[in-house]
Amino acid sequence: MTDGQPMISIRALRKTYHVGEVDVHALRGVDLDVQSGEFVAIVGPSGSGKSTLFHILGGLTPPTSGTVHIAGRDLLGMSDAQRTELRKNSVGFVFQKYNLLPTLSARDNIEIARDIAHKNGPLDPQFVEVLKLLGIAGRLDHKPRALSGGEQQRVAIARAIVNHPAILLADEPTGNLDTENSNAVLALLRDLNERLGQTILMITHNPEAASYGHRIVRMRDGHIE
Amino acid sequence: MVFENLKHRPVRTLLGIIVISIQVTMVLALVGLSEGTLSDQANRARGVGADIVVRPPSSSVISLSGSMPAKIADRVAREPHVKYAVGVLQHGSDLFNYETGLDLQKFNQLSGGFRFLEGGGFQHPDDVIVDSFYATQHKLHVGDTVSLLNKPWHVSGIYEPGMLTRVVVPLDTLQDLTADSGKITTVYVKLDDPARTDEMVAELRGVLKDYRINSMEEFTSLYSVSNVPMLKEFTWVVIGVGVLVGFLVVCLSMYTAVLERTREIGVLKALGASPGYILNILLRETVVLAIAGSILGILLSYVTRFVIHNVVPSSLIQAIVPEWWPIAAAIAVVGALLGALGPGLKAARQDAIEALAYD
Repeated sequence: MTDGQPMISIRALRKTYHVGEVDVHALRGVDLDVQSGEFVAIVGPSGSGKSTLFHILGGLTPPTSGTVHIAGRDLLGMSDAQRTELRKNSVGFVFQKYNLLPTLSARDNIEIARDIAHKNGPLDPQFVEVLKLLGIAGRLDHKPRALSGGEQQRVAIARAIVNHPAILLADEPTGNLDTENSNAVLALLRDLNERLGQTILMITHNPEAASYGHRIVRMRDGHIE
Repeated sequence: MVFENLKHRPVRTLLGIIVISIQVTMVLALVGLSEGTLSDQANRARGVGADIVVRPPSSSVISLSGSMPAKIADRVAREPHVKYAVGVLQHGSDLFNYETGLDLQKFNQLSGGFRFLEGGGFQHPDDVIVDSFYATQHKLHVGDTVSLLNKPWHVSGIYEPGMLTRVVVPLDTLQDLTADSGKITTVYVKLDDPARTDEMVAELRGVLKDYRINSMEEFTSLYSVSNVPMLKEFTWVVIGVGVLVGFLVVCLSMYTAVLERTREIGVLKALGASPGYILNILLRETVVLAIAGSILGILLSYVTRFVIHNVVPSSLIQAIVPEWWPIAAAIAVVGALLGALGPGLKAARQDAIEALAYD
């Protein structure tokens, strides 16, 4: 990526799923630029294409047509292995249901992300600071079942950013949390964005949560309004 | 992660380990029984104290088939350097259970005699002497009656095991009962100088053409798995069944594990795990299961030996066969890996989005 170029650049993005003999047009020509260090909230009703957009940006599924660049890399035409590399090194995911591995401690949930990315050795000091910021430094040896929802989501955020991804994709990160924990998680995301310059895209149904972003992008019927 | 996953589902992990251990025990017990029983047979043959063994031309390597005239023993006895030549008749339905008919006086001269724990040698034609293993297994004491060859016998003595056979009856009686009058199956030969054994084997082979004549050392070396008809094949069949059982159990176990962990697999994929990384985790879990099952299987082979020794001490002897431990473990690992491969590949190829949506 060269200076001045957006972190994410999407042009005429289409995604069509083939469900039986029916073609489902999930994205019908999306154009979007996200600058490095931006915190963008994406809102829209169910079926508007938000999740499909996330799945494409996260390298979980290929686009049907159009161009998608993340940190200068074109996602169109990427092989499965190249998309796996993209997820490993350039994208971090935070899910609504936390999705921590239940058999592992919080620490090992973070470590496995490093292991997958072949990053060994001690945690870098910046990340140790992040752990303090997330308020989970004292809870790292607990299994997910021993953590509250808010703590689990904070571990999930730590896991998502441990490899310093270019973008953090958060899909309804407060959907399973009460108001207090929701506010705490959203404040943390904004903190990470401000302190580390972490580029964040967040899907949400909640207007209050969306207000934490620098910008709100609204989607409907596979388009950006 | 491998150990944590296995610990997370303790019942399934334990069942997998137990089934794999049964497979390992099955192989170790079968091989141990083959080697233990054959080694016991060889030791008991050695216990006779003979230097040379003469068997009929038609006898196979170590079976009891074929007989020869009793006068062969007299012919052998006339050879120089032969101190004693004693003919015995062995009769039985299989290799492991047979009765031996012999002339106790002559046999005692050659062997130094049975060491009796109870009673003594036979006084009457229907007397029988048995070793203590046989007596224990059949709950016999001196004075009891035991049914053999469709007739009752009177137990006159119980001797220490390690000599020739477990059941000994008078030669004449056995010859009459088995319509083998004047026939014997083996001649045990004791020389005046054991150093002349090879020389005398060659000599006797010249005199008794076509007869099977071996030094005791050669003869006992014939008690090997490869010389027992079908035993090797049977062992391979058991190994095959073992691999199949391991394959099926691990396949089923891993299939349910993969299904249960669909969402976790989706998470790993979202974190950038390659198909190889996911397959590797499942295969490593499988190897740990197989190794744990193998260790338990080896321990269980001591249990089977204990049970066999206490329930059927005279019929079967199970040896502990450490040289087969790595082989049995390798069989378990291979069977388990084959079983895990299908579910593992299914997990590795799982669509990440579908997996993440799985509840």
